[in-house]
Amino acid sequence: MQQFLQQTINGLSIGGVYALIALGYTMVYGIIKLINFAHGDIFMFGAYVGMIAVMNFNMPIYLAFIIAMAVTALFGVIIERVAYKPLRKSSRTAALITAIGVSFLIQNGMLMIMGANIYAFPQVIPNRFFTVFGLRLNMLQLVIFATSIALMIILQFVVSKTKLGRAMRSVAVDKDAAALMGVNVDNVITITFAIGSALAAAAGIMVGLYYIKVFPFMGFTPGLKAFVAAVFGGIGIIPGAMIGGFAIGLIETYVAGYGSTLYKDAVVFIILILILLVKPSGLLGKNVKEKV
Amino acid sequence: MSYLTVEHLTKNFGGLSAVSNVSISVNEGELVGLIGPNGAGKTTLFNVLTGVYKPTQGKVILNKDGKSIELSKLPPYKITHQGVARTFQNIRLFKDLTVLDNVKIAMNQQAKYGLFGALTRLGKFYASEADIEQRAHEFLKKVNLDDLAYDLAKNLPYGKQRQLEIARAMATGAKLLFLDEPAAGMNPQETHALTEFIAKIRKEMDLTIVLIEHDMSLVMNICERIFVLDYGKLIASGTADEVKNNRKVIEAYLGEEE
Repeated sequence: MQQFLQQTINGLSIGGVYALIALGYTMVYGIIKLINFAHGDIFMFGAYVGMIAVMNFNMPIYLAFIIAMAVTALFGVIIERVAYKPLRKSSRTAALITAIGVSFLIQNGMLMIMGANIYAFPQVIPNRFFTVFGLRLNMLQLVIFATSIALMIILQFVVSKTKLGRAMRSVAVDKDAAALMGVNVDNVITITFAIGSALAAAAGIMVGLYYIKVFPFMGFTPGLKAFVAAVFGGIGIIPGAMIGGFAIGLIETYVAGYGSTLYKDAVVFIILILILLVKPSGLLGKNVKEKV
Repeated sequence: MSYLTVEHLTKNFGGLSAVSNVSISVNEGELVGLIGPNGAGKTTLFNVLTGVYKPTQGKVILNKDGKSIELSKLPPYKITHQGVARTFQNIRLFKDLTVLDNVKIAMNQQAKYGLFGALTRLGKFYASEADIEQRAHEFLKKVNLDDLAYDLAKNLPYGKQRQLEIARAMATGAKLLFLDEPAAGMNPQETHALTEFIAKIRKEMDLTIVLIEHDMSLVMNICERIFVLDYGKLIASGTADEVKNNRKVIEAYLGEEE
């Protein structure tokens, strides 16, 4: 029991990170029906920016979060404007393949600029442990969990209560009708990329803090897992991505804790196959027939 | 000077001329009908007027507050900001959102706060949101939909969805309304109720309305002037009686006499 609770705590903290990345996938998909395969690399970019802010500019970690989120948001917007916007009216396959190309471009661009060496993210969060009811709580885990929850609450607030959120929801349902109701669709898409990228940057810093390593290909596995999380919850549905992220984080941790660390990645993809077989629209998704 | 002026408007799709050389003018406060057989180019004309399509030739000018605005140069959302809105032939509500949200989205441009204000809860965020919420409810009361405010749009009965679409278009703050077959799929009672509804909102809100309709009882009843399109060309215009007895119109609908 003790071990189970301990694993649950571990799972929740890494799950929060997956959820943040998954939100970017799901928001972009919800609004332009594009699986942004470069999203994992945007996450990597955010980790680098955060690391440079702390390492080279000696910024406190909260400031590093803000700077990394802002810079990465801008980065996401540039990607959208340069790579995806010109393809808005072409086939979804063209955009998807472009996304894969963008992913390679960011990975190798980072390789060129920062080199192949693995950086160690400065451990700025004191390595303290609290013992509560016999459970060991790590300060770092608490920070990660609290930050991801806080960001999700802010996002939920923006989407459900503000005019931007309403505009986003209307564009997700019907772009043309939204434009004719006075919504600036291009702006809404741009802001969606900015928000998704900012969340990915936050996740990037957290992974940097948690696993210490920062390298150009670090976005690959978390990106794929977050994608699975988004599909698990129902792609395009924001609460689905949150639930999916935590679910994948928990499952992965239980598998590593009770089975073998070797299997934890494989299990995530087995889950993806099972979802696609049993409920392709995901946990919260509705089965909608595509209109001809 | 007329409120809306369409000058020599042409819209080609490849070799097909969906609208060719159409000139129309609508005065402020008028209620005009646009009729014509299927495929005459009525909806295409609406799509050009609201910015969905760019015209191949010609222009669309709105005279507002003594200024001439060339609508044909603006993207759809900016045309909406100029006080022009529309409904659709096949209903295009935001069907997974509530009735209230549908109206609030249309009112978005009137909300005066930015994302920063919303996040920091400073600025006018709360006041502005409360104001929009209240005015959205008022709008819904006007169209008798307020009791359904929290239902999803897709769950409304058909006639109510049509009403909501009109309410949503009005909520953008529009003074010029394009209604694309508002009575499509309605039975005679519903059509009658809709006719009264259109007359009522027009009077209460000083609207100028252009409507496409196949239901002649509705068109002949409330439209002060009627334009007739056939094969993309304007073949007649005038009052209901004038149009009814126009030879070209009869030919377009019934075919030429041998």
